[in-house]
Amino acid sequence: MRYRSILAALATSTFFFAGHAGATDLEVTHWWTSGGEAAAAKVLAESYDKLGGDKWVDGAIAGSGTTARPIIVSRILGGNPMGATQLNTGRDAEDLVKAGLMTDLTELATKEGWASFIRPSKLLDACTLEGKIYCVPVNIHSWQWMWINPNAFKEAGASVPANWNEFVAAAPKLKEKGIIPLATGDAWQVDGIFRVIFATLGGKDLYLKVMDKKDKDAAAGPEMTAVWQAFANARELADPGYVGRQWNEATSLVLTGKAGGQIMGDWAQGEFGVAGKVAGTDYDCLPGLGVHPVLDTGGDAFYFPKNKDPEVTRAQLKLASMLVSKETQVAFNLAKGSLPIRGDIDMESANACMQKGIKILADGNNVLPSVEQAFSSDAQGQLEDLNTEFFANKNMTVEDAQARFVEIISEAQ
Amino acid sequence: MAVSRRPFAPLRNLNAKVAAIPMIVTVLVVFIGCTVWTVVYSFTSSRSLPTLDFVGMDQYVRLFRTSRWIVSLQNLAIFGVLSLSISLVLGFVLAALMDQKIRFENTFRTIFLYPHALSFIVTGLVWQWILTPAYGVQKVVRDLGFETFNFPILTDGRFTIYAIVIAGLWQGTGLVMALMLAGLRGIDDEIWKAARVDGIPAWRTYLFIVIPMMRPVFITTLVIISAAIVKVYDLVVALSNGGPGISSEVPAKYVYDFMFSRGNLGQGLAASTIMLTTVLIILVPWAALEFRPEKRRGGGSK
Repeated sequence: MRYRSILAALATSTFFFAGHAGATDLEVTHWWTSGGEAAAAKVLAESYDKLGGDKWVDGAIAGSGTTARPIIVSRILGGNPMGATQLNTGRDAEDLVKAGLMTDLTELATKEGWASFIRPSKLLDACTLEGKIYCVPVNIHSWQWMWINPNAFKEAGASVPANWNEFVAAAPKLKEKGIIPLATGDAWQVDGIFRVIFATLGGKDLYLKVMDKKDKDAAAGPEMTAVWQAFANARELADPGYVGRQWNEATSLVLTGKAGGQIMGDWAQGEFGVAGKVAGTDYDCLPGLGVHPVLDTGGDAFYFPKNKDPEVTRAQLKLASMLVSKETQVAFNLAKGSLPIRGDIDMESANACMQKGIKILADGNNVLPSVEQAFSSDAQGQLEDLNTEFFANKNMTVEDAQARFVEIISEAQ
Repeated sequence: MAVSRRPFAPLRNLNAKVAAIPMIVTVLVVFIGCTVWTVVYSFTSSRSLPTLDFVGMDQYVRLFRTSRWIVSLQNLAIFGVLSLSISLVLGFVLAALMDQKIRFENTFRTIFLYPHALSFIVTGLVWQWILTPAYGVQKVVRDLGFETFNFPILTDGRFTIYAIVIAGLWQGTGLVMALMLAGLRGIDDEIWKAARVDGIPAWRTYLFIVIPMMRPVFITTLVIISAAIVKVYDLVVALSNGGPGISSEVPAKYVYDFMFSRGNLGQGLAASTIMLTTVLIILVPWAALEFRPEKRRGGGSK
């Protein structure tokens, strides 16, 4: 009796699956796990499920990209690919694409005319290899932001800074009050501080010469020395407890007024949003550190690993098409605090800081290639090692650091 | 006649040989095969995916020019020497104390052995909380009224590796103690009685009679601890993540980072080859000494 009923159950379940051949569970991996990020991922999942038929199966991987990327890559290489995965725009997946492990999206992209509305066009270039498109950019994230808590400065009796130099000048007063001037954390966050200082205080010309053209002389020049000097100033402003701190913990220090400011990409804004803070009053932003309003255009992109099952491929293309659609772009980016990849949509409901970003991006001259687009992950890693070593070891001189910087630049391809 | 008395040699004891095949295959394919693969590809310019584009010693030249690798090696040396010596001494002393027929021995043994049941990740996190200045030991002592007390072991790069040693000892000493205790229990009571009759003080009995008799236990322990030392990775990741800066990096973390997050297989494999070579340089002479056939036969008399 019992065996028969189990058999019956098995038969019905097989039938059940057979009856739903048109619907596919599409597993999507990503590392959007902080409060603001998770809310944004949910927007995508819900809109995908609403299209009917296929289902978004959430495969969030805790930790930052450094933890998640190896897991994602090894699953694809190991022949157990997910339906779709988030990665950073840039060279993250270059090798995988070259090895022919990603679904080609060119046909869909031509049909929908992606090239005509994705802006800046660099984003699509980063997805393109030998004329074929392999990923979908979903948002623009830029590193060059500083988030400050004006109330912390008022409490310390300092004027609220409008740029980096004023911030450095106000720092001693914050320290007296026991407020951390600059909140930061793990290695990649320290690395980010350097990138931002480099792009904004160093200026666009220097940045392009060094990062894009890999110009050794510019990397050894006096302008670059000034950048390293500013980075040396920054290391004096962090508290010793930064070791091992998560980025959203650092953001929450700023949020609660325990720290004056944080140099962090615009994804930090999602955290302020989740905490119910208002841009302009509870917190403020200095794009480009208030010096040079330049933004890089990194961000997230979705890749679709090749799959034997044509049903999965169909579901992948459906997701790809949804990700660039106007409705998804608005809803998703409002939740994520990032900027949309299309220039033709209405972002009026965006807050004061996002409006600043949109305005800066409207002028193509303010757009920088992100480090991910310019450097392989190996060279990025070398740079990160150097930056974190310099930041932690106050005995390391600016000259030493610059000499090693020149070495890295000359070896990078 | 002769054939029936002595069967064809390779077929003798056939059952045992068949039973050993899976392990032999594992050793050949997994251990030796993968080791050869690792060494070969460490001479190539492989990035995320392995390629057979040979570049000679380039990966090794770069490896030894990288300050992070040099720091990693230094840290492994500090960590290795300290945790090996301290855990052996501490483990033996604890075991000797436990062996004094004390009350609540079971309770103490459990307490000392408990840390070993935790994963390194948990140990690392717990010690990170204890040692972080903002809410750990430093804050507690300051709250007690010693306002100027400083305990920057985790945040000052010069000391971080010692924080890792402390956490490692906390976790590992209990196991050493348990092994040593088992060894002590294996010593015949008659020996103790004889030593007492001869009027030898207890500490001399331990040092000159018991410890030499416990040689196999020491070797087992040494192998277990050394293996744990060379592959230390998770403890560092959880406790300090190699920071501040690069001050508490270790070789295993270097290998992992380059192979997986930085997409530079060649560099990671070069680093792991150097790790292997270092272990072999230490292991081969020792094994040659230890497993000399004559010694095995005559070892008991000495």
